[in-house]
Amino acid sequence: MIYRIVAAEGATHNPLLPGLPDLVWSSVVFAILLVFFWFRVLPNFKKNLDARTEAIEGRLAAAELAQAEAAAKTANIEAEQSAARADASKIRETARAEGAAILAELKEQAAAEAARITATAKAQIEAERQAALISLRAEVGSLAIDLASSVVEESLKNDKTASNVVDNFLKDLEKSAGK
Amino acid sequence: MLIRLLVTALLILVFSLWASKFRNAAKAGQVVPTKFQLMGEISLNFVRNSIAHDQLGVKDGDRFLPLLATMFFTVLGMNITGIIPSLNIAGTSVIGLPLVLAVAAYVTFIYAGVRKHGLGFFKNSLFPAGVPAAFYILVTPIEFLSTFILRPVTLALRLMMNMIAGHLLLVLCFSATQFFLFNAEGVFKAFGAGTFIFGFIFTLFEILVAFLQAYVFTLLTTVYIQLALADEH
Repeated sequence: MIYRIVAAEGATHNPLLPGLPDLVWSSVVFAILLVFFWFRVLPNFKKNLDARTEAIEGRLAAAELAQAEAAAKTANIEAEQSAARADASKIRETARAEGAAILAELKEQAAAEAARITATAKAQIEAERQAALISLRAEVGSLAIDLASSVVEESLKNDKTASNVVDNFLKDLEKSAGK
Repeated sequence: MLIRLLVTALLILVFSLWASKFRNAAKAGQVVPTKFQLMGEISLNFVRNSIAHDQLGVKDGDRFLPLLATMFFTVLGMNITGIIPSLNIAGTSVIGLPLVLAVAAYVTFIYAGVRKHGLGFFKNSLFPAGVPAAFYILVTPIEFLSTFILRPVTLALRLMMNMIAGHLLLVLCFSATQFFLFNAEGVFKAFGAGTFIFGFIFTLFEILVAFLQAYVFTLLTTVYIQLALADEH
């Protein structure tokens, strides 16, 4: 086989010694491939890799930005929420205080009203008592006159009985006046 | 020669497709690669990251990437023809191409050294620092031989011999199969199955060798460049 290789080179000498056409064409092949890789494949390859790196970095940066924005938004929302909570509790507190104040006022009013009603009632009762007393006094006069006349009549019949009646009447009168 | 031209044409075709794919993707801002594009990226990234950047760093790695990528894919393409039916011989199993590639590596690492250190590069290579002056009588010829003569020679020979050996093995196995199956008598026909299985195994092995030799060739070139760029040897 090795003879066939060598024969293909058109020489029958040692395979370690290159034939001239072998060298020339090998160089041509190598030169073509070298130029091809150097100026066509690798620049495009590198451009491709650079573009990818750039794109990935750009996307990472964009993602980071989006994340930061989202975080800021979340913080905002949380701040708003806590502010709203504080507001709500303040409003509740105020309402409670107001309610208590209203309740106290109402109680006070009710107490005043009750006192007023009581006082009015007392005054009315007193007035009625006075009226009753006055009318009673007027009646007592006529009654006294009646009694006196009847006593005078009786005393004419029985002195002893008459004096008893007068005593009793006076006692009663004193008693009722003493009340 | 036809095989080499064929491989060259195929390499140019495939990588042209990839290159235009890359360009379009970059232009369109398309971040997610297609399957075909991804294959190209994996291939090129293998050379770029695993070979160039690992040894030379990002900056120098990218500087020498055109040469390294060309070497890797040329060697790989030429090697793999060794097991493709009807081609059946590796483009690198004739000394010319390995020699040209080795010379390219040789020129490149000397260029890299001279560019970085000027003529100090030769001084650094031939008179390693930290060696007593008297030993230079011994060390300098050895360094000269290993750096400036053996490096390209071993590069070229390693590649060519691997390919020739693989080719011989395959030829041996399959010729034997042919012989045992059709020319041998009786029981000996059974040997044909054995030799065929060996041929099959070696075919798989040759795929590995094709990749491995491409990798080794490119990696060694990278290492030579790296040694040339290093400040102290």
